[in-house]
Amino acid sequence: MRCQICNKNDATIHLTEITEGIRTEMHICEHCAAEQDITVKSHIPINELLSNLLAVQPTDEEISGLSEQKLACPICGFTLDQFRKEGVLGCPRDYDVFEKSLQPLIEKAHDGNTTHCGKVPLKTPGDTKKQMELLNLRQQLEAAVRSEDYERAVEIRDRIKQNEQ
Amino acid sequence: MKLTDISNDINEWFNGSGPLADIVVSSRIRLARNLAGYKFLSRCSNKDKTEILEKLRDVMMSLNLGDKVFYISVDKEPILNKHFLVERHLISRHLAFGKGPRGVVIAEREFFTAMINEEDHLRIQVFKAGCQLSPCAEQINRIDDMIEEKLRFAFSPRYGYLTACPTNLGTGIRVSVMLHLPALKMTGQIEKFFNAAKDMSLAVRGLFGEGTEAASDLYQLSNQVTLGVSESAIISQFENAIIPEIIEYENAARSQLLSNQAELLDDKISRAIALLQNAHLISSQEALFLLSHLRLGINMHKYMGASTPAIEKLRSLCGAGTDADKTSRLSIATINRLFMLTLPAHLQLNYGKPLDPTHRDALRAEIIRSALNQDAQSKT
Repeated sequence: MRCQICNKNDATIHLTEITEGIRTEMHICEHCAAEQDITVKSHIPINELLSNLLAVQPTDEEISGLSEQKLACPICGFTLDQFRKEGVLGCPRDYDVFEKSLQPLIEKAHDGNTTHCGKVPLKTPGDTKKQMELLNLRQQLEAAVRSEDYERAVEIRDRIKQNEQ
Repeated sequence: MKLTDISNDINEWFNGSGPLADIVVSSRIRLARNLAGYKFLSRCSNKDKTEILEKLRDVMMSLNLGDKVFYISVDKEPILNKHFLVERHLISRHLAFGKGPRGVVIAEREFFTAMINEEDHLRIQVFKAGCQLSPCAEQINRIDDMIEEKLRFAFSPRYGYLTACPTNLGTGIRVSVMLHLPALKMTGQIEKFFNAAKDMSLAVRGLFGEGTEAASDLYQLSNQVTLGVSESAIISQFENAIIPEIIEYENAARSQLLSNQAELLDDKISRAIALLQNAHLISSQEALFLLSHLRLGINMHKYMGASTPAIEKLRSLCGAGTDADKTSRLSIATINRLFMLTLPAHLQLNYGKPLDPTHRDALRAEIIRSALNQDAQSKT
């Protein structure tokens, strides 16, 4: 698509303006945008990205009726509002306290993954390791079912059964 | 150990050696960890931070790394020293210019640093020259194991290692390679690289990390996904899929330059030689940009056997002797040395006092001029 102002360069900036209910679209190149004093942010700071993501999440009332939104962590006193502003959490416990609100964000940041896979601290007790393996297998099972790889799904299901014994 | 003990030379992993070093300049792996039983740093008082700092510093200083280590209280350092450590990639901007008690433990040979009280309580990193991600991974895993014998990190069976920002959750690993991609840039195909990186959920940053412009055609490529993918799977993806693909793109662009656009290539290299040999004032950005073209010329000769009038001129500058390979490697080391030693903080630290930008530009030009002309003189 060509720039609507200079008609030479490719339009790389697409503006949508809604004034009094009337929607107008403009497609222009970066050069003309600069001349028109239209600034385009190319790098979105991580905390802004995170808070934008959080802002579009369904509220907790919608998910479970619990209100994580108003909750403060009993350990560090952190709230979701503070996370939106700062982009970092207050303590390890926040991952449990705000689990439902953080979940969609974690999935988005990690390509849909929700469970750890990889190094486990040396001193982790045996039953925790077993629990982790089960979590991992369940995630793999979900992925296999999603991709309709039923042979693999059966294989994983059997391994889960074995592990649970 | 003083910073001036290391400031007058490049670090080992930036000397142009290592596998695939014509394109993969260096490899780095970083792990993010937090101590169990403490809040994350945003909720720590200065007293808590000091406690964490002392605890971690003592453990880091006691590790058996096969090299001596030294400690720097980053919060108490003069601003020039902070810039120096950032330029050398030993610490992040976040650690350099953050708040509160914080520090870094550095191995004297600079292959390992441990940043304490950065965004997480501890961020350890290992560097190597060229494409050496697996050796980096083995080494950092061993170091992490040694630390875990003495401390307990915040870990959850579901989410793995818990980090202050959910984007680092899980393995807490950041795998990065520094790539030199001048031919993709010259042939207008660098977008191809950006798009490939985006498709594979990878982040591309400039030479000096997040938010910096890609000076000198050097790009840092790193993983973003840290949850649900094991350390070994990430490294294998880099080694078997990502890096070979990018090398193929860059090599194709280099061949294209040689066969179809030799004049463009020679123009860039010749201009770089002429300016660097004759300029009396040169900014850091311009120096990085021009030195990149010299590096391209030398590597195209060394790895592709390329020979054009400008490359031959460049080789005569580098003192092409009987042992061509050895002299070529020396030359890349020379280019990299000029790269690093003419960065603003290196320049001032080695000069012994702060300099205004004009004096820096003059000193930089003088150092580069004398290095390039000296090589020519020693040959004759």
